[in-house]
Formats: sequence, structure tokens, C-alpha cells
Amino acid sequence: MSRFRCEVCDYVYAEGRGDPREGFAAGTPWTAVPDDWCCPDCGVREKLDFLALDTADTADTTDAADPRPPV
Amino acid sequence: MREDSLSSQATRSMTARPDWRDGKRYLWLLGAVVPMLLFAGWGLVNITALGLFWWMGPLFVYVLIPALDLVFGGDRNNPPEEILAWLERDRYYRWITYLFLPLQYLALVVGCWLITQHGGLGVVDKLGIAVTLGSINGVAINTAHELGHKKQHLERWFARIALAPTGYGHFFIEHNRGHHVRVATPDDPASSRLGETFWAFLPRTVLGGLRSAWGLERSRLRRMGAPTLSLRNDVLTAWAMSIVVWGALLGVFGVGIAPYLVIQAVFGFALLEAVNYLEHYGLVRQQLPNGRWERVGPRHSWNNNNTVTNLFLYHLQRHSDHHANPTRRYQALRHFDESPQLPSGYATMIVLCYFPPLWRRVMDHRVVAHYRGDVTLANIHPRKRAKVLARYGAAQPTAVPAVPAA
Repeated sequence: MSRFRCEVCDYVYAEGRGDPREGFAAGTPWTAVPDDWCCPDCGVREKLDFLALDTADTADTTDAADPRPPV
Repeated sequence: MREDSLSSQATRSMTARPDWRDGKRYLWLLGAVVPMLLFAGWGLVNITALGLFWWMGPLFVYVLIPALDLVFGGDRNNPPEEILAWLERDRYYRWITYLFLPLQYLALVVGCWLITQHGGLGVVDKLGIAVTLGSINGVAINTAHELGHKKQHLERWFARIALAPTGYGHFFIEHNRGHHVRVATPDDPASSRLGETFWAFLPRTVLGGLRSAWGLERSRLRRMGAPTLSLRNDVLTAWAMSIVVWGALLGVFGVGIAPYLVIQAVFGFALLEAVNYLEHYGLVRQQLPNGRWERVGPRHSWNNNNTVTNLFLYHLQRHSDHHANPTRRYQALRHFDESPQLPSGYATMIVLCYFPPLWRRVMDHRVVAHYRGDVTLANIHPRKRAKVLARYGAAQPTAVPAVPAA
């Protein structure tokens, strides 16, 4: 499961978790997210600008309260 | 352009309390003075017997703040970059913004009480109170703006509460997901254009913002597979909060309060839209060959460093950094030398924008200078394009004689 980070505000889209509030259920692949979808937290970066995170990258700084399924 | 992932780097390095003092630390408490304007006005009316002081809100915004800006001048100090993360984590700063809310609602209730129950007040006095409430609730939209950009749910809820009295709850959706995405493009209803007067901008931004907020929620809900008319619609829940607030005030103070509630709401959001007007006037991002807009940079917002206005607006005037890092907290926003600077603080410029000939005289040549004389690079109001080009297009040597209409 890949993860993608907004470099402005550190929001992370994790495919495993999706973003149900944005309409992407858990497990929604990044390819199914529309290109013009913007970072829901800062609105500065669009999907095309997100950085792919190495799966080994543990530098996920999103809300600790955000429940994440085991990878 | 400063494309910083500073916030991300800094968040990861948990630093100890640095050896740096925030000169504005305790001055930020002044933000909470705004809701007290009603009480200050009431006190002054009692002391001087002058009904003029019921108009304390507009007196403060249009007269006192510009005067104080002249006296105290600017402050270009930036916190050192290595302490930004520490500064943002200091909870003191966010508590100050929370403090605004109970005071705002106290002023709203007392103001309604004064209008309906106090007795001995003429219609002009009551209008003054309503406009003072409008000023308070208009500045509250700025407080809501600071809160609504944050990732914490609590702060986003507080933003809605602050927006409820003006009925502008849709603002925090349109602003975060609409304005910040399209800022300084012709598509943005909240970015004003060269040659566009404030009075032409006002209906465009109010209606455009409304349409945008609704559209944003509709497409989000469609992706979720939920109906637009549902309790998950943030626009509807924000408006519901306004209905509850207004309904409670009508229930307690009677229908006689209704016209004054309308006046304060319209005055409040018109004040916010005046600030919107001057933040990006004439500035535009250039379109890239692939059709996307160039990234937002310091050059796409009008800034100012007048200390007093900055204290009352939580550094809103450091607008370029805000657009580069929208979730960054106000105390950590920085001044950029390369960003366009307004000749005075936002408060003074609001007064100016109400008088379009004055505004044009002060601002239009600054927009042209910003684009080094090439006015065709500016965001020109389509209806005024010929006029603007006739006036400024000839001044620059590279101008093509016949510029096609947009």
C-alpha cells in the first residue's frame, strides 16, 4: 500500500486508509484519486504535486489520532 | 519563490525552548479587545453623553487603527526559521484566538439587549450598535479564518461558531478549498482584478463564494456517495448554526431585533470582503503551457507590516507566507522582502477601497509597477480591459499596439 505526502502541510494520503471524508474509502488506490483533487488540509498542492513516500519511510506526521490499518 | 518544506522538517525536529523572545507575545492579547468595543462605546456614551460612541466599531476600524498604524509604524521582524515549529506548538497563542469567541457572543447578546431593552435609544443609536456588532462579527471572520485553516477538529468547529452571527459559515469551506486553490487567477471570485471597483467586486465575491462553497461540498459528497442535502454537508451544518443563533436571539429579544441582525451580518461580511478585495488586487499567476497555473508565490499577495493592524488581524497582512503555508499559525508567519507591499495597513486600505477613484490613484500604478510596466501581465477586469490598456498599455515599450481582448 503506497502513501503520498503533501510537501506543504505534511498531509499524507495512505491507500490503505483512504480518506473517507474526501470520498475515498479505505483501500482506494492513488490512481483512482482525480488529478485535480487538492490537498484537503492546505489546498496549495494538487494530487500531481504529492510526493510518493517510500514504504519504509516512517516519517508520517499526520494526526496520531487518525486510525491506520496495519500495513 | 520560497517553496519550503520547512514546516515538515521543523515539525520532525523537536527542539528545546530556544533562546528567542517574541516581542509581540503579549500584544497578541489585543485581538480580544475587538469584541469589547461595544462595552467601550457604551462606557464612553455614559461618560460623554454622546451617542456617537455607539458607533465605536466603525470608529475603531476606520479611524483609530489607521491612526495607530501611523504612530507605531511597521515591524518586519521574523522569528528565526529554526524555532518556527516550537513557536507553533506553544498553545498560549491558540488560546488567545479561542478567547475571542465567548467575548464575541457576549457582545452580540448585550448588543441585542441594548437595542431592544435599554430604552432611550434613537434609531441612529441602534444602528450604531448594529454596525458595531457588525464590525466585531466581521473581525470575527478573521478569527474564524485563523481557526478554520487548522487541522484540529476543535479549531474548525470554533471557526464555524465565530462565523455563525454573520451567516458566513460557508466561508471556511470556500476559502480553504476554493480561494486557496484558485488564488490570483481569473477564476477566483475572491481575487479582485485591476480596474474592478470594490462595489463591483462585492456582489461577485459574495455570490461566487456561495456558489463555490456549495459546489465544493456537492462534489465531495458525490464522491462519498452521499446526497447533497444531508447533515454531512458542511455548508448546511454551518448555516444551521446561524439559524440556531439568530433563532435564539429572535426568541429572546423579539422580531424587533431582526433588521439589526441583518444589518450587522451584512456589515460584517462586507468588511471581510473588503479585506479580500485588497489582498490580491490585480495580481495573477501565469498559466503554464500544460494549462495549470504557476504555483502561488510571494508575488501573488499584497502584504503589509504595520504592527497595529497585524496584531488585530493575527498577522493576516503577512499574506504571502499565509498562502505559501496556509496551515501555519499566525505567530509564525513571516515577512518576505520580495512580496508586494501595500502603502499602508489593511485597515487604512479598506477605507480607501470604498472610494474607487482614490483606490485607483493609489493602487493601479503600483500593480503596473509590480509587473515592471507590462500591464498585460496583471489580472485585468474583463469589462475594463480596453480602458486599462489604453491607460497603461501604451506606457510600456514592449506593448503590442492591438492587444486582443481576453
